[in-house]
Parts: sequence; C-alpha cells; structure tokens
Amino acid sequence: MATASTEIRVTPEIAAEHGLSAEEYARVKQILGREPNITELGIFSVMWSEHCSYKSSKVHLKRLPTRGKLVVQGPGENAGVVDIGDGLVAAFKIESHNHPSYVEPFQGATTGVGGILRDIFTMGARPIAVLDSLRFGEIAASKYSSEEDAAKNRRMLDGVIRGIGSYGNCFGVPTIGGEVAFEPCYSQNPLVNALALGIAKKEEIFLAKAKGIGNPVIYVGAKTGRDGIHGASLLASAEFTEESKQKRPNVQVGDPFMEKLLLEACLEAMQTGAVVAIQDMGAAGLTCSTMEMASRGGTGIEIDLAKVPQRETGMTPYEIMLSESQERMLLVAEKGREHEVLAVFKKWGLDAVVVGQVTEGGIARINNNGKVAAEIPAHPLAEEGPVYQRPIAAPAPRNETAADWFAFAAEGTNLMQNFLKLLASPAIASKRWITEQYDTSVRTNTLAGPGASDAAVVRIKDPKTGVVKRALALSTDGNGRWCQLNPRVGAMHAVAEAARNVACSGAKPIAATNCLNFGSPEKPEVMWQFSESVDGLAEACTALGTPITGGNVSFYNETLGKSIYPTPVIGVLGVIEDASRVLKIAFRQEGDAILLLDGSNSSVGAQHAAPLLGTQREFSSSEYSKTIAGITAGQPPAIDLAAEKRLIDCLLALAAEGSVQSAHDISDGGLAATLAESCFASSAMGASAVADCAYLGAHVKLEEEGPAEAAAFNERGARAVVSVTPSKLAAVLDTARQYKVAAREVGQVTGGDAFRIQYKGHAVIDSSVEILRYVWAHSLERTLTTK
Amino acid sequence: MKFGVVVFPGSNCDHDAFYAIRNVLRKPVEFIWHQSENLANCDAIILPGGFSYGDYLRTGAIARFSPVMKSVEKFANSGGMVLGVCNGFQILCEAGLLPGAMMRNSGLRFICRHVHIRVEQTDTPFTNAAQKGQILKLPIAHSDGNYNCDGTTLADLEKNNQVVFRYTTPDGSDDSAGNPNGAVHNIAGICNRERNVAGLMPHPERAVESALGSSDGLVVFRSMVEALVGAAKATA
Repeated sequence: MATASTEIRVTPEIAAEHGLSAEEYARVKQILGREPNITELGIFSVMWSEHCSYKSSKVHLKRLPTRGKLVVQGPGENAGVVDIGDGLVAAFKIESHNHPSYVEPFQGATTGVGGILRDIFTMGARPIAVLDSLRFGEIAASKYSSEEDAAKNRRMLDGVIRGIGSYGNCFGVPTIGGEVAFEPCYSQNPLVNALALGIAKKEEIFLAKAKGIGNPVIYVGAKTGRDGIHGASLLASAEFTEESKQKRPNVQVGDPFMEKLLLEACLEAMQTGAVVAIQDMGAAGLTCSTMEMASRGGTGIEIDLAKVPQRETGMTPYEIMLSESQERMLLVAEKGREHEVLAVFKKWGLDAVVVGQVTEGGIARINNNGKVAAEIPAHPLAEEGPVYQRPIAAPAPRNETAADWFAFAAEGTNLMQNFLKLLASPAIASKRWITEQYDTSVRTNTLAGPGASDAAVVRIKDPKTGVVKRALALSTDGNGRWCQLNPRVGAMHAVAEAARNVACSGAKPIAATNCLNFGSPEKPEVMWQFSESVDGLAEACTALGTPITGGNVSFYNETLGKSIYPTPVIGVLGVIEDASRVLKIAFRQEGDAILLLDGSNSSVGAQHAAPLLGTQREFSSSEYSKTIAGITAGQPPAIDLAAEKRLIDCLLALAAEGSVQSAHDISDGGLAATLAESCFASSAMGASAVADCAYLGAHVKLEEEGPAEAAAFNERGARAVVSVTPSKLAAVLDTARQYKVAAREVGQVTGGDAFRIQYKGHAVIDSSVEILRYVWAHSLERTLTTK
Repeated sequence: MKFGVVVFPGSNCDHDAFYAIRNVLRKPVEFIWHQSENLANCDAIILPGGFSYGDYLRTGAIARFSPVMKSVEKFANSGGMVLGVCNGFQILCEAGLLPGAMMRNSGLRFICRHVHIRVEQTDTPFTNAAQKGQILKLPIAHSDGNYNCDGTTLADLEKNNQVVFRYTTPDGSDDSAGNPNGAVHNIAGICNRERNVAGLMPHPERAVESALGSSDGLVVFRSMVEALVGAAKATA
C-alpha cells in the first residue's frame, strides 16, 4: 500500500483494504460526487479511521461534562485549556500510544511523548511536565504468566521506559509522575498513555483554525519521509494478529532534538504576532492538519506538495499526505508578514516553507507539480464522517459465590509475611528504578516528584518575570481490574482517586483529561464496557467538579481476539494557591498523631458492620487478594461520591490551614501500605530524632469489626491518612467535623525503626521499617534486571 | 557584573541557570546565542546542560564547533570565568578547555537523582565561598557522566588539585556507593590548571531553593559572584 501511486484505480476492494466499509465508501462518493482517486481514498480512510474520527465513541462522549467556569478550551482542539489565575492558563491532555509501543516499544513510546508535547506547544503553551500511565503484562513468572511471556514483558517495559526517558530528557521537560500497573491482560497489548502539561498567558493561546483568505500556509519542522504511513489508521484502528510485528515500518520515529528546536521556534514565532493558526502534524500528518484547520475555520485550503520538504525522492502524493513523520507543524501566517515567521524558523535551523494558502469556499485542494492530486470539501470530510451507534450488550452475570472470593485468615493470624509479599508486588513496590531514568528536576519547578506526594506537583513561574506564586498538581489513575469487574464503578473510582490524590497534595481539583483504552468497539460487550465507563466518568466528574477538557479514545486494544481490561485512565489537574503549602506523604515528626480521615462519615462503624459476605466480595478485587490469593473477583469497593467530595474539601481546608504534617490517601494495598509508604518517605525528611535510625516508624491500633485483613488492606475510597502535631490535633478534628468527615486517631508516628499494626490487641504486623522498606525498594529492580 | 548563559540548539537547562542567577541570586544575566561572535561583555560564562545539537555523534562534540565557542575559548584563555554544567562540562572537555572525556554511565542508563559531592578545593572562583570538605546535595541527570582520562592526566589533575568536586556518600566517605556513574577517582567536577574554567556533572542551578529539595548549589554561584566582586575591586 505504501507504494501506491495515483495511477491505481480505486475499487471497492481497495477501499475495503483501506478499512472503509461499503457504506463509508458510498458516503465518500456521495461527498465527492464521483469516484475518489487513490490519494483521496487515502485521505478519507485516515480521517475516518477510528483513531481520528471517534466514529464509535462520539455518541457516548457527548455525555461527558466538558464545561466549567475555569474551562477556557474544552475538547476538540489540540489540548484542553483551563484558567489557573493571574492571567495564566494551563494546557493539558493525555493520549495513548499503545499499538506502536507494542510493535516497537522504544519508538512507540518516544513518539507518544513527542505527540502529546506537540499538542501542548501548538496551543502556545510551554510544556512543564509529563506524566505516563503505563500497563504491562506480568513481569515475573507466575500462575498468570510463563517465564517467556514475563521476559518479553520486561523487555517491552524496558523499551518503553527508555523511550519515554530519551524523549522527555532531551526535550527538557520533567517526567514527574503517572503510574505503572501489571495485569496478564496487557501482555499482548501494553498501554502507554502520556500526559503533558503546559503554561501560557491567557491571551496568547493559539487555536488550529485557518483564517483570512489568501493567508499563506507554512510547513515547518522535519522533512516528510515514508515513515509512519497509516500509523493511525492501520496500527491504532485494528486489533492485533500474529502478523502485527510486520507493521513495524508503520511506527513513526521520534527525534526529541528536532522537537526541542520546533518548540522554541514555534513559541518565538508566535511572539511575532504574525501567526494566525497552528496545528501539529500527528496522526494522519499533513492530511489531518490541512483538513481540520480548514474545516474548523470554515475556509478552504490549497497546498502544493512539490513544495513540501521531503526526505526521500519519488514520494507520491498519497505517501506525502499520509506520512506520519514526526516533529512537523503546519501554520497559517498573516499575509505579508510571513517573512517574520520564516526568519524565526531559519534562526533555529528548521525548514519552513510556504506551501499554500487559505482559500474561499471550503474546498481542500492538494496540488502536485501543477496537477490536482486531491480535491475534497474539508468540512464534510472532517465533520460529517461516519458516526456509529454500535450495538451494546451487557455480559452475562458472573454467578459468583463465596467460594470464588477471598477467604480471610483466622483471627489472630500474623500477617507479616503477606504484608512483605504485598510490598514486593510490582503494583505497590517502589518505582524508583523506573523514575530515576527520567529527568525529574529539569526546569526547576518540581516541588513533588515521583512518590513524594500523592500527586506530582510543579510550581508556576511567571513566563516573563519568573516569579512564583501558585503550583499545579497532577495525578493519573485508572484501575483496569476494577473496571473489568464493574466498568461504571471502576471508572468512578479512577476519577475519585485522581482527585483525591490531587487534594492530598494540597491542590484543588479543577479539571480532568481522559484516555479511554478499550478492546474492539465491534464487540457489543466492549461497547457496553465503554458506555458504562463513560457514564461513570460523567457522574464522578460532575460530582467532583472536574470537567473533562480533552483526551483520547483508544479502541482495538486486543490481540488474537482477547481484549484488555477496560482501562479508562483519568488525569486530574489541581491548583495550589500558595506554592509553599504542598502536602507530601512523608511522616515528619516523632509523636505526631496519625489520623484516619473518612469522608463516609456516618459509616466509621456502619461500613464495617457490613455482612461478612459483602466485605469478602469487595475485598476479592483488592491488590492484596490478587497478590496473596491469586483471586480477582467480586466487585470494586462501593463508591460514595459525596463522601469523596467531603474528604477532598476537608483535605483542602487542612492544607490551607497548614495544620497537618503529611497526607496520603488510601488506595492500592489499603491502610497498611499507606502507613508504610509514609514511613519510607520519612528518610528524605531526615526527621528522626534517633540518630542511628534513618526512618520514622508508626504504631497503629485498629478496632473495627470484621477480619484483620480487611481492616489493614481494604481499598475503600474516600479515605486518607494525615499526621498531626499534638498541639494542632484539636484544630484538625474541628475542621474535619466542619466538613462532616470522620477523623479517628489510630496511632502515632514513632521515633524508632518499628512499624506495628495492632488489631484488637494482637500485633498482626510488627517489623522494623528498614526490613519493609528494603523489600519495597528493591523488588522491582530485582525483577526487571533479571535477564 | 554580568553573567552570560550560552544557548546552543538543544540546551535545556539554560532557563534554569538564567532563573537561578536572576531570581535567586538577583544578579544581571543574559542569554548568548550560539551563533553570536561575542560574549556581550559578560564577566562570567555558563555553558548550561542539555543535549546540544542533539548530542549526536558524541556529547558536546558538535557544540564545540559553534561560533560562540571561539569567543568562549578566547575569553577562557585570557582568564575569564567559565562554568560548564553537565552538557556544558562535556562541551568544555570536547573543546579542550578541560582535560578528559565522558563515557556512558557504568550502568548504561540515564540517571536522575540527588547525589552528594564533596568540595575538594576552595581556591577556585567556583568554590571560594564553600568550606573545604563541605558536602553538597545536588541532582544529576545524565547518561554520559562517567568521567575518564589517561593516567598521566589523572595524576596531573590530582597533583595540581584540579579535582574540585568528588562524589561521596552522604556522610562524606569515598565509598563507591556514592559514585553514580563510575567516574574515575569519583570525579564529579574539575577545573583547568589556571582555575578559571570548571565543569561538573551535577546541577547546582537545580539546587538553589529548599523547595526544590536542596539549596546547596547556591554556593557555586555565590562563589562566582564573590570572585567577580574581588576581581572588580582589584582592577579599581
């Protein structure tokens, strides 16, 4: 296909090879009023691919809340934009690069990061942070995974990590957060979702709308080659088979140095005032950028392919239009001022060529050496593509019984060994081996890098003066296991956890971005998962005041007919009004009280009085159940959005008062893991009063009804642990009461190296912090460096 | 007194050095474009970190040929103060303004974390405000920081007290556990024999406020300011 030339006569078979259905092909002919030529067919096929057109998801995405008083730009542009005060805005978006990363992990990941960075600076915003949400198959042999698969997953992870690092590190943006999770279902289909955040002056935001008849259209950046042709339509819009590795040539190749030059040159060119509109060339390259700019602007566009800088000779119009060569931009300049723009790109040593102009009438005309290579009405192509109401069917109910669920250990059982296993599990173990390969401190804004706070926190320097006032917090979350068991509740948890993490850093959650990773939309059960997830997201984002400002949908995440878990990943952005008031997870002082905050206030007793079966069913979806018993079943914890909101508001009040020493939400691994992580992080604070002990400890007493394992490891939401100086305890309890959040003192931060959880008088976990930390700190590295 | 921060295509710590000097140190500073033929009358030059020219071929190998480096060499050879950080250090080595070269980290991976370095020499314009033996906590962020040189050069560096910073454990011991990249003799930073040109792999400009996890890097810039003040007095 890559060698197709304009001479090829389009037949229904060729249209089908391009992924167009018979109806879609008929629609193409109707829009054109004739048969398309091969270039036009290529253009239609990429524009109407699932990846670019959202044809299966559109009808559902309408249900997401996208408006809010801080939302400056919602979905539909290169990135969402929100007002963060003092005339500044934040542009942010998350996007997937799953399929390319499976085919070629290193380049797949680099170009994923490169693509999302371009989306941000296309808006006129300078990128200041990247987060990555990653999912892989199991990396150690187990009952889920053969050693061969595990080794392959480790190599895949290594390639992805190196790819992300190589791009972000060279580009000069700190990679400061995200998550990595492991489930067998991602073995043949890893998820690589990258989120980027940028900052701009509110009045200096750029949009991708062609305007001004006669204005020149300028191509800038890397030359166009034959790489990545059909990356979006072939790779991202079909499931994988045995032959997928042959698609390696469809993966784009990234050059972060070129992107860095493009960033600086674009931001500088925008300052000239001569840039009218700008759009990056990502998926579907020159096709998408020309067609969408014209469509959004309600204009036509005319370009001459002979003028497009090319890396190879003899490229056909088809290849030039469909190439996904990276690090390219298309911009519209003000007529008569194009030299100002061109001069900036020349200064940065980049190609910049006037390739065409904005025209009247809505037709996109692609010329090549004086011949018309394609002539398509832009708006119908971009906006009147196919939209599907795909069939939806709920799966048959899983008739589980108590025998399928986690069986709690007898009362009085020592849980120490299980706790060590949990801390060593890749989901909970320290990710330091990964995050140290990312530059986390470049740009000198990182107030909380990986693991320091529940959210990644960067301060905002005024772009002109460098003066710091506020900080931004970001967290990405998504629990595929929970979504598999209940996509609606699982999706709500993803939003709640991301918002809770942001609040635990002291930031007010203000907006969200989503990356929806699912199987084939042609399967009614997958569409049911998708529809349920969208409803869950909509409900949670509405309740927590975080409108969705953008993101993307990634379908066809399946290999050999097997879908991944439905995995909606949510990124929530929050604002900290005073950058000096960032909350971190580390315990800070011996003798501080450890408080368990619970937004479901009425339920401190009530929840635990739930019948044992209910507890068992919920607990069977936990990380503990998966790690200790190999059981993933039941239901995710019930979610109470009002409780989540109360907890978030309470945390914000506590952060603003400066009355708590630390905050850490309860999630994977439950209360026990939360407490342990706060102890592990304490070393960095150097706060221990005991000279020869590097870490603070914790001594906690639990008294709930129900099994000890449930008390220590359940993952119910709306909860967080804060530590409080004794003199401020009364004030904290008072604030909690005001927000109707239950605050219970469960223990103290201790000065020695002891970590103890007592349950109804028995010590169920009793260890030195050092031992726990050693297991937690080195497990992932040990696993990943196994050859 | 004016600092100049050179901007090569691909420099990415230029803004950080600029910010440290303007906003934290509150001293005059300006950017110098790599194609500039002069140094804008700056009194001290900083070659920042990053991936100049993509670090294609070899770190710093292309940057040394950029037009501004001719002026930097002239400036350095006439006694001007030049500090290279990370990629800047690599460029100074490539340009021959400092001896030795950088190899891939011994672990063959990019590493970003806080490390500890010990100030070995205080009779340089980059360390005169520090205490001898003072331990600084600074971040590193590099793939190629494994400093090496031939035996004669190494002996010369040691003999002439040109090793300015050495990796160490937090408590100041020379244990290899403190060396993140395999650099020979735990070398984190060196100066030339005349002591007016220095390079180091850790980033002092990223450690200038406690909110960033450390303000230990300030001492390097304060030293430079003191040296410039001293030089101005001497000529007055």
